[in-house]
Amino acid sequence: MAAWLVRRLVASMAIVFAVVTITFFVVHLAQGTPCGGERPLPPDVCDRERAVFGYDKPLPVQYVKYLAALLHGKMGYSFGLHRPVADALADAIPNTFILALAALLIDFALGLALGIYQAARAGRFGDVAAGNVALLINSMPVFWLGLVLLLVFAQWLRWFPAGGPHNPILCPRVDSPYCLLDFLWHLTLPALTLGLVGAASTARYQRAAILEVVRQDYVRTARAKGLRERRVLLVHALRNALLPIITLFGLAFPFLFTGAVLIETVFAWPGMGRLAVNAIFQRDYPVVTGAALLTSAMVVLGNLLADALYAVADPRIRVRGGEGGP
Amino acid sequence: MGGAAGLALGVVAALRRRVRATAPGRRFFRHPTAGPGLFVLTFFVTIAIAAPVVAPYPPYYQIDIEHPDHPPSAQFLLGTDPLSRDVWSRVVYGARVSLGIGAVAMLVAVTVGTAVGAVAGYFRRWVDTALMRLVDVGLAMPRIFVLLMAVALWEHIALWVLVLLIGLTGWFGTSRLVRAEVLSLREREFVAAARALGAGAGRVIFRHVLPNAAAPIIVSAALGIGHMMLLEAGLSFLGMGVPSPTPSWGNMIADGWHKMAVAWWSATFPGLAISLVVMALNAVGDALRDALDPRRETV
Repeated sequence: MAAWLVRRLVASMAIVFAVVTITFFVVHLAQGTPCGGERPLPPDVCDRERAVFGYDKPLPVQYVKYLAALLHGKMGYSFGLHRPVADALADAIPNTFILALAALLIDFALGLALGIYQAARAGRFGDVAAGNVALLINSMPVFWLGLVLLLVFAQWLRWFPAGGPHNPILCPRVDSPYCLLDFLWHLTLPALTLGLVGAASTARYQRAAILEVVRQDYVRTARAKGLRERRVLLVHALRNALLPIITLFGLAFPFLFTGAVLIETVFAWPGMGRLAVNAIFQRDYPVVTGAALLTSAMVVLGNLLADALYAVADPRIRVRGGEGGP
Repeated sequence: MGGAAGLALGVVAALRRRVRATAPGRRFFRHPTAGPGLFVLTFFVTIAIAAPVVAPYPPYYQIDIEHPDHPPSAQFLLGTDPLSRDVWSRVVYGARVSLGIGAVAMLVAVTVGTAVGAVAGYFRRWVDTALMRLVDVGLAMPRIFVLLMAVALWEHIALWVLVLLIGLTGWFGTSRLVRAEVLSLREREFVAAARALGAGAGRVIFRHVLPNAAAPIIVSAALGIGHMMLLEAGLSFLGMGVPSPTPSWGNMIADGWHKMAVAWWSATFPGLAISLVVMALNAVGDALRDALDPRRETV
């Protein structure tokens, strides 16, 4: 296990390194300069600023310098935000993380419940109806679902706020008494949007996993013992049917980030997705590279975590130090 | 529109009659959603092809710029957008762009993915290792992020470049799937027989191995078109996809969402069109899986 873990960690770091390298060169090769945009800087000012930030040097030199700084834990200085990249990312990450966590919670809670319900009534009306609704939600563009939820719940019903993380009247300072409630109130719609789309696919997998397990002999034994159907499904079958969900957990990370990029734009949520998108528009090189570094690291670590959990949860899977892992 | 729906119904019915004689055909239509899914797809493909006949207005025509955001009515089936263009006409013309991008990008992705997967699985050793590490990196990069950066390489992006980019960032999953199939197929007797008869690597891969791996490739392609369309929509929504005024379902949502509070229709209907088509693709893909690959029948 330890050897396998080390191998996987080294491989993960290599992947993140490759992503950073590709990102670095692609974003620097992009046409247009940081001085462009809506109010372009005069050329002489632009040249001076480029020299200050070291962007006038050849690309390989900049690359080596960037890597050297990275090894010292420095991610550069954002000229678009006028602050160190690490600070900007540190402000944005918790927002994305909380959003992703809330979405993940809704995803698995709702997805598991729906999947179990569908499996229990497989082939009957409830199963078919729920399956079709899940398929429809899973087919929606996630940002469009967000817009529709905004229209219905924020504009027409006025139950939830239209965007942003805080209401300046309810929560004027970070330590005001209603801040937590206010934050949760603002979190609900974006988290629900991401969570619903995730839950739709979780339910599909969960239903299939239970129906797969139910055919096995030990489930028949449990039924033959005279156990109630509820106990057979929820205790005996579910334990083994939960295994594929671990894989789904690993797969959820890329989806959550992709979704977050769009959802943060729709709901004006100050997270990493929005930070990265704005940085790409402004050619804010270090912010883009830093964001790519962190997201690819999260994706790779998510997969690693899922594989490790799988090995722990399922004794039939043996991790070997050699080829590939589980 | 009624004509297109009628035609689609006819096509589905004819197809159902045609394939009833074969076992895969029966398995396909046994799926309750296969028929409706096929109907939705045929309908949208028909209106995309016959766009000039179906659409009452040209897609760029601004009907009455002083009174935009006309709600849905008999004259404007789905209303008009903030630039006073007929939403139904733009949905019709947008079908060409959105479906076209999805299909062509998927074709690119499947071609590259199959080639890479077949080469990696057939030759194994360092070729396999090198290609699969590349796939690892590709899968670890957040795709929308890569595409945003790639689109930013150009100030103004041509449509075919966008399609190529979407396709070229979408083949990683397919290549893993094909590699796994090839790895197991290459050990079978008929492959050994072909090799013993003196067939070269190219001949063995194309004539003997890949035809036997066709079913999972076709299924993953059918399911993948939907992903491509959703991705195009996301990019266009962020303003980095299909450039306005060309109507795509994604940039129609982008055009309409700022005025969603007062004119909900111009962003809602294109999104509904995407959802319907992607759902239909998923339904047809699932049914295809059951039809072509009975071993892996879904319960």
